Amino acid sequence: MLDWLPQNVSTFGSEIDKFFYVIYYITTTVFFLVTAAMIYFLVKYRFQEGKPARYYHGNNTLEIVWTSATLVAMLILAVASKPLWSKIKQNPPPAEVIIKVTGKQYNWEVLYPGPDGAFGTDDDYQVDNNVHVPVNKVVHVLLGSIDVIHSFFVPQLRLKQDAVPGREIVAWFEVTEAGSYEIPCAELCGFGHSGMLGRLIVHSPEEYEQWVGQTWPDN
Amino acid sequence: MSEATAVKEHISHEHHGFMNTYIFSLDHKMIGKQFLLLGLIMLLLGGGLALLVRWQLAYPEQPLPLIGASQHYLETGEAETAMDSYWDSELSKTEDEQGWLVQKMPVGIITPAFYNALFTMHATIMVFFVVMPILVGAFGNYLIPLMIGTRDMAFPLLNMLSFWIAVVSGAIMLAGFFVPGGHAATGWTGYPPLSTDPAWTGVDWGQNLWCISLIVLGISSLMGSINYITTIINMRAPGMTYMRMPMVIWALFIVAILLLLALPVLTAALAMLVFDRLAGTTFFNPAGGGDPLLWQHLFWFFGHPEVYILILPGMGITSEILPVFSRKPIFGYKAMVLAMASLAFLSWIVWGHHMFQSGMNPSMGMTFMITTMVIAVPSAIKTFNWLGTLWGGSIRFTVPMLNSLAFVSMFVIGGLSGIFMASSAVDIFIHDTYYIVAHIHYVVFGGSIFAIFAGVYYWFPKMFGRMMNEPLAKVHFWLSFIAFNCTFFPMHILGVGGHMRRIYNPMQYEFLQQFEHMNIFITMSAFALGLTQLILLFNVFHSMFRGKKAGDNPWNANTLEWTAATPPPHGNFDAIPTVHHAPYEYSAPGISEDWLSQTNELQPTNGNGH
Repeated sequence: MLDWLPQNVSTFGSEIDKFFYVIYYITTTVFFLVTAAMIYFLVKYRFQEGKPARYYHGNNTLEIVWTSATLVAMLILAVASKPLWSKIKQNPPPAEVIIKVTGKQYNWEVLYPGPDGAFGTDDDYQVDNNVHVPVNKVVHVLLGSIDVIHSFFVPQLRLKQDAVPGREIVAWFEVTEAGSYEIPCAELCGFGHSGMLGRLIVHSPEEYEQWVGQTWPDN
Repeated sequence: MSEATAVKEHISHEHHGFMNTYIFSLDHKMIGKQFLLLGLIMLLLGGGLALLVRWQLAYPEQPLPLIGASQHYLETGEAETAMDSYWDSELSKTEDEQGWLVQKMPVGIITPAFYNALFTMHATIMVFFVVMPILVGAFGNYLIPLMIGTRDMAFPLLNMLSFWIAVVSGAIMLAGFFVPGGHAATGWTGYPPLSTDPAWTGVDWGQNLWCISLIVLGISSLMGSINYITTIINMRAPGMTYMRMPMVIWALFIVAILLLLALPVLTAALAMLVFDRLAGTTFFNPAGGGDPLLWQHLFWFFGHPEVYILILPGMGITSEILPVFSRKPIFGYKAMVLAMASLAFLSWIVWGHHMFQSGMNPSMGMTFMITTMVIAVPSAIKTFNWLGTLWGGSIRFTVPMLNSLAFVSMFVIGGLSGIFMASSAVDIFIHDTYYIVAHIHYVVFGGSIFAIFAGVYYWFPKMFGRMMNEPLAKVHFWLSFIAFNCTFFPMHILGVGGHMRRIYNPMQYEFLQQFEHMNIFITMSAFALGLTQLILLFNVFHSMFRGKKAGDNPWNANTLEWTAATPPPHGNFDAIPTVHHAPYEYSAPGISEDWLSQTNELQPTNGNGH
């Protein structure tokens, strides 16, 4: 099943995948054990003439064992997930590139700060749907929305963050492979939700310089 | 009041005549059946909407079978079939004169706006008008008085009102399909700002009616839950201590408490939404100082207990049926009760896991991740105890048993898949994908609906005095079980591939094109699953009139409902029964039968007690 995961091209994506794999193996094992036990009981304890059921009400030791075992396993899983979650959502590494992405029915409005590096100045460069970034750089996306809630989703980056009107939320990523990736909207945003689709174009450093030179306004 | 006068008093309530017996009945059993009928009708509708959704996902923007226009017509504009002529004449009219159908699906192709209304109403109907009315309304009303040994609910009039208010709510909900602008199209979760301003969706009164309907339904739920709680606390038969109550009564008791506390939160949120829409308030509008996330907090604070409202009665029904057909006591009765109580408690403090990617302060992520992981513990306790109940049994594979076993194994899959999104980091990827859709359907269809099947097959003989047709029921079970898994298991794979939920056309995305065939497979399985349910409906209505006559206790079960006549008369029991022991004393030593009604003493030889 895990073969269906899209190729991962972000720094933290492989760590998410690792967790996915761990949980997958744990849950699959539990599923097969439970199912095997169930089938075994169903066959072994099927109705047979002259073989009565056991008059048995339960076992407190067993209850305590499986309660605490599950509790410990779940707590370990939660605590182990925490550092990765903090890394992705709470403590982004310092930005090397900053862009603004604003959702609006049914486009991603992308704003680059221009040569002066500041938003809200004359040299800002704005375009719909195409997010150009350099490879191997920490990119901060200042995410907002002007109408309804959208969600910025890049499957190959394992990145998803809702864009909420009235808030500016910082999402970040670092792409490890140049290429072109789709940015679907993942939160229902109206009848044009399907097909609200941006594109993340990840350039090599030289290509990125070239793109900046060609498209950004001069200072 | 003596027993005899009480009976007389009660029987004097019995009004004759069609209206009072079948329509405005005060009898809990009739009200239970009315809820069952309401739920089954809505099941057809809700399922039908899902099939339309599935058609669009497998064959995006292609005309529907049977009612769609022919390929020839689409290419040349020449009408070939009767439907072609219909579409042709409709399309030549002005927009005001066009019929309902052509506005929603011109030439048989579902429009994006109607598609959004379809999945919104599929979920709304299934959650509020199928699973809740059947599991809580039908089984709750029918079973509580019979299983705790009393003559009726504490407040029969409130009970009748509760049903008819639910019908009014359903009528308001259905009216939404026919108002200009179409029905609510913002998902069953109705997130603002999408839901607050008609400008964002083009939907005006559809969304208003959706809100009003659910507010009205909240009143119905409130009446029902007060009734259940009062009845269970005050009206248990002599000897029916809390720890002798059948598991399904415990489940319904806990659910009633959840309903009492959770529904008002939804009602409050809905009222705010209506004010935002109609009165210009800005609870959810940041421009006026409001916050869209406030809705999500309120909705999921209601929504997660709601999930347990949908599944706990199913757990109760399963816990009821497994001991009967294993012919042995339930494993760990107290642990099972405690597990349900802790599920109910924990359900109040996990809502944030629906909002990991919402923009909620991410430091809340850890808190909600821990509480969510912990909720796996009572679920695991339940599963292990169900296995323990099978262990050492003498298992009969009756139809109720098969459906209960399906409940257990499907609930295991649904529970385990939940661990993925409980981990907030993994949730980043699978949030809002088909992984979630797969998970919810394993819990609510694999869980709740199979429990409904189990419960209907199990209590039908008591309800209608006739057995259901068993071969037909087995065919229905196996086809449902297979088609269910073929429909919903591949959705996990879609989710792993990143397939978003609520999209109109997956083929618009390069990375989803590889899933075209899987979507077609899922749709075919879904149609098979839908058609299979016609077998159940036929069996229910056929057996109601033509089934084999059932005895009072066809399954040799212990609980009190089986000591009443079949079907039970108004007032249920000749004399209020006295309860002597716990509900699952099967295969007790020293007793010739392998069952022992709760009304019989456990050790009849020990006359002096001890």
